[in-house]
Amino acid sequence: MPLSIIISRALSALVTLLGVMVVVFVLVRVVPGDPIAMMIAPGATEADIAALRAHYGLDLSIWQQFWIWFGQVLQGNLGTSISMKQGVLTIIGQRLPATLELAIFALTMAVVWGGLIALVSTAWRGTWVERAIDNFNGVMLAVPDFIWALTFVLVLGVLVPLLPISGRSDPSIDAGLATQFYIIEGLARGNFAFVWDVLKHMLLPACALAFPLAAVIGRVLKNTMMDVMVQDYITLARIKGLSSIRILLQEALRNAAVPALALTGVQFTFLIGGTVITERIFSYPGIGNLAIDAVINRDLPLIQGLVLTFGIIFIIVNMLVDALTVWLNPRLRHA
Amino acid sequence: MPRDLRIWLGGGFILFLIVVAIFAPLLAPFDPLEQDLMAATAAPGVEPGHWLGTDSLGRDVLSRLIYGTRIALTVAFVAATLACLLGTTLGLLAGYYRGWVDAGVSRLVDIWMAFPPVLLSILLVAVLGAGLTSVIIAIVVIDWTRFARVVRAETLQQARLEYAEAASALGMGRGAILLREVLPNVLPVVLVLLSLEMGIAVIVEAILSFVGLSVSTDAPTWGGMIAEGRQIIYQAWWVLVFPLASLFLTVLAFNQLGDGLRQWLDPMLKR
Repeated sequence: MPLSIIISRALSALVTLLGVMVVVFVLVRVVPGDPIAMMIAPGATEADIAALRAHYGLDLSIWQQFWIWFGQVLQGNLGTSISMKQGVLTIIGQRLPATLELAIFALTMAVVWGGLIALVSTAWRGTWVERAIDNFNGVMLAVPDFIWALTFVLVLGVLVPLLPISGRSDPSIDAGLATQFYIIEGLARGNFAFVWDVLKHMLLPACALAFPLAAVIGRVLKNTMMDVMVQDYITLARIKGLSSIRILLQEALRNAAVPALALTGVQFTFLIGGTVITERIFSYPGIGNLAIDAVINRDLPLIQGLVLTFGIIFIIVNMLVDALTVWLNPRLRHA
Repeated sequence: MPRDLRIWLGGGFILFLIVVAIFAPLLAPFDPLEQDLMAATAAPGVEPGHWLGTDSLGRDVLSRLIYGTRIALTVAFVAATLACLLGTTLGLLAGYYRGWVDAGVSRLVDIWMAFPPVLLSILLVAVLGAGLTSVIIAIVVIDWTRFARVVRAETLQQARLEYAEAASALGMGRGAILLREVLPNVLPVVLVLLSLEMGIAVIVEAILSFVGLSVSTDAPTWGGMIAEGRQIIYQAWWVLVFPLASLFLTVLAFNQLGDGLRQWLDPMLKR
């Protein structure tokens, strides 16, 4: 890809990010309810309140506040959470790994699942298997993560209690980890019992997040594969005596992967957005759950920091997908 | 007449909901707000007359479910229609006039897409204060982009076609071409999106009630019932199951209607 395109993409992403910052800031400033009122001790004097206001910079004009905040953010300082009395960046740093592990686990599941849906329904095209999968896929696509999450809680957590429906790991297990990347660090330490427990906790929320995405991937992959299957080179491969499984995997799937990838990227940002409510339902300690608490507690610095974090993740995902698409498609690489 | 079964099933179910919402006072066996602590968390059919059981305050689940259709459908129709009007207008303008209008709208869409929609809606409702109007405003403010993006792309394509050029050659003004030539050709896509958006709006309302930010917690909403059901899930599964199933069927119905319409209205897909 020519350098000019990369630079213009990056600039465009920065402008978007700046826009995100302005919107967040303005939105958060007009939240009614005085955050100071929630933190003062009973019997605080007017002077105490004024001092607190000045401490959090709430006595300045909105534009002064924005420029101070903007400058601080550029230096990596997101301020102090009002409700948790801790640095916003520290809090986010503690919670973000949980969300990242959940989102990536869900993405992996969605890709594998979507791939299987496409393969099976292409292999059995024209039969009842294809129609059954199509119908099931339609339901999976139509119903959002919110409903799946609650259905799983009800069915697999309560009626047939097979899996945990709350938290990230069994609190009685103390794995003594140094980081919040439970899966990665657990694997590195060889503590497989702990990793297994974490995976069990992640399975239901991840399924809820993965279902709609798997359906999208499955549908797009299948449609592209069906187009590929009638091409001349597939007939040629068949004449050459290649087995149909090999044709399906090597020729059809490989050619269908690129268009599916671009779509997966966009849909992955939706999945990350879905972690907000899914984490809430499963009391999962990630940044989505934290964000809802922050809004309920009117914790302005934390809200700002979290929305900004989501914005940055979205923009990074989009850029990665752009880069991957170009890298996988030689025709675009030399354009 | 569309022969697609999905249009009939989806549309039929939504029609059924509309009837239920209109005749709620006649259909509901109890007052949805009436508490009966003696009959709290009664399983379906245990207390006489409470066919679907009662919640933790002894309120009748079926009656609350029936009244809940009112809020669900109000949000679906009002919020989706307003989001559709706003998004379609901006999409048409951006796709047809291009230039700075397009640059502005597209940039705004980019910024909007960088927010997790659920978080943004929760934040907006927190800003506006909980309530039905806030929920509707939040949905409109967030979901207009769905219409704007698609309508913009469709308008760009339509404006390049020969009929638009022919109208221009005949001396029609730009605005007239946009409204009388391009808009009717974009409308089928808009209609499909509108149907899908109504399903999304019902979900968003439920999510906001679930978080406790929609209409007052007393009022019967599916989301509010779901939130309560999640809390007492081990004691009374029925408080969660029935509103959840209603939500599921409603979303599915709007989706099937949308998918069916897509195929019916698109002459290229018609066989």
